[in-house]
Amino acid sequence: MVAMSAFSPGTPAPGENTASGPDLSELLRASARGDERAFAALYDATSRRLYGLVLRVVRDPAQSEEVAQEAYLEIWRSSARFDATRGSAMSWMMTIAHRKAVDRVRSAEAASRRDQSYESASQDRPYDITAEEVERSLDAQRVRSALESLTETQRGAVQLAYFGGYTHTEVAALLGIPLGTAKTRIRDGLIRLRDTLGMQP
Amino acid sequence: MNADIHGLSGAYAVDALDDVERAEFERHLGQCPECQDEVASLRAAAVELSHGSAATPPTALRASVLRQISTVRPMPPVTPTGTPAQAGGGGTVTSLESRRRRNPFTWLAAAAAAAVLAIGALVWSPWESEQPPPSATEQVLQAKDAQRFDRTVDGARATIVRSKSLGKAVIIADNMPAAPEGKDFQVWFQNPDGAMVSAGLMPHEAKPTVSMVLNGDASKFVGAGITLEPAGGSPEPTSAPLVLFEFS
Repeated sequence: MVAMSAFSPGTPAPGENTASGPDLSELLRASARGDERAFAALYDATSRRLYGLVLRVVRDPAQSEEVAQEAYLEIWRSSARFDATRGSAMSWMMTIAHRKAVDRVRSAEAASRRDQSYESASQDRPYDITAEEVERSLDAQRVRSALESLTETQRGAVQLAYFGGYTHTEVAALLGIPLGTAKTRIRDGLIRLRDTLGMQP
Repeated sequence: MNADIHGLSGAYAVDALDDVERAEFERHLGQCPECQDEVASLRAAAVELSHGSAATPPTALRASVLRQISTVRPMPPVTPTGTPAQAGGGGTVTSLESRRRRNPFTWLAAAAAAAVLAIGALVWSPWESEQPPPSATEQVLQAKDAQRFDRTVDGARATIVRSKSLGKAVIIADNMPAAPEGKDFQVWFQNPDGAMVSAGLMPHEAKPTVSMVLNGDASKFVGAGITLEPAGGSPEPTSAPLVLFEFS
């Protein structure tokens, strides 16, 4: 499967923020000063994660491309407002992208265009096995395990909200739970996820 | 207003609040360091969920992004002396403009939130940015005594947000169908004696969300309603209300 050499230090990590990847906070700070090359590096380091999230929520590839572009423009414009003391650069960027994706799926126009092409669109292109790839699958595995520590309702609520772009009242209806309880399930689920992943509260 | 507002932190962190709740929560967030910390940590946890979803974007995206950013100046940092200079500097504001066209209310809620956040400049949020002075709608949404009334009819949702202290109310309609040819949707306030007073005509806009500030001193009324009236509106309702709101 994966050669151990993939773990060797110094292996370039194309396409993703990893332990060995570029310092995204520094790239954001340079972008805030108008450094377009820094922003290109930032794009290269984050675009698979960011576009992947947008595609997961929006589903339609053409709209996902538009939304990802809007997100990057917003990231560029507001790069000076990123505050590293309040969270990681990746988290900040993904939050912007998620918000844009959710705005898009909630607009009536988009709802009618949203199709079922996600499965085919999300079949990722062949990708060389690299340290980044290994790390990505380990991260995904870690998150899958953490999700198992949630109750079924918590897990359902978190996933419908985050990937489905539904409001908590819609989540309640979809899960057949009383109105007003979905927000609690989402919060409890995220707290458990955070604590299981060993992230700082 | 809402004793349980802290409990919205999780839904907020994953963008699962509707626009009105979001504006309410962001108003609270500006004053609640615990919620700020919790939201930051829950957002980070949510972002972890996306590890399994990475996908290679179309190659054209990179060039489009880089071409577009070269035409836009990044906004200035928030300086300790206050909000950044407004001016035309930040320039084209392309994304906000396009967003405003597409969904005025989402933009408004974000702008309202940003106005609140800019005060403390504490909160980590993508939306603190150059702000126009708050509009009447934003003022109502930000009012400490804002009350919210929701009604859903056939998949359309109408929300009235009222501030007694401001004497103003705003109606926000989601997915409302266009009025038939030759007709208008008219909004009414109800007096304590039951009489209905016109509060204005809903704008004819083929948009998923339309909002309007209602005419009249909203603090005096006990309810509101919407009727379908001949184009241009009527002095008093001529048809049965499609929806009624009771201000309690």
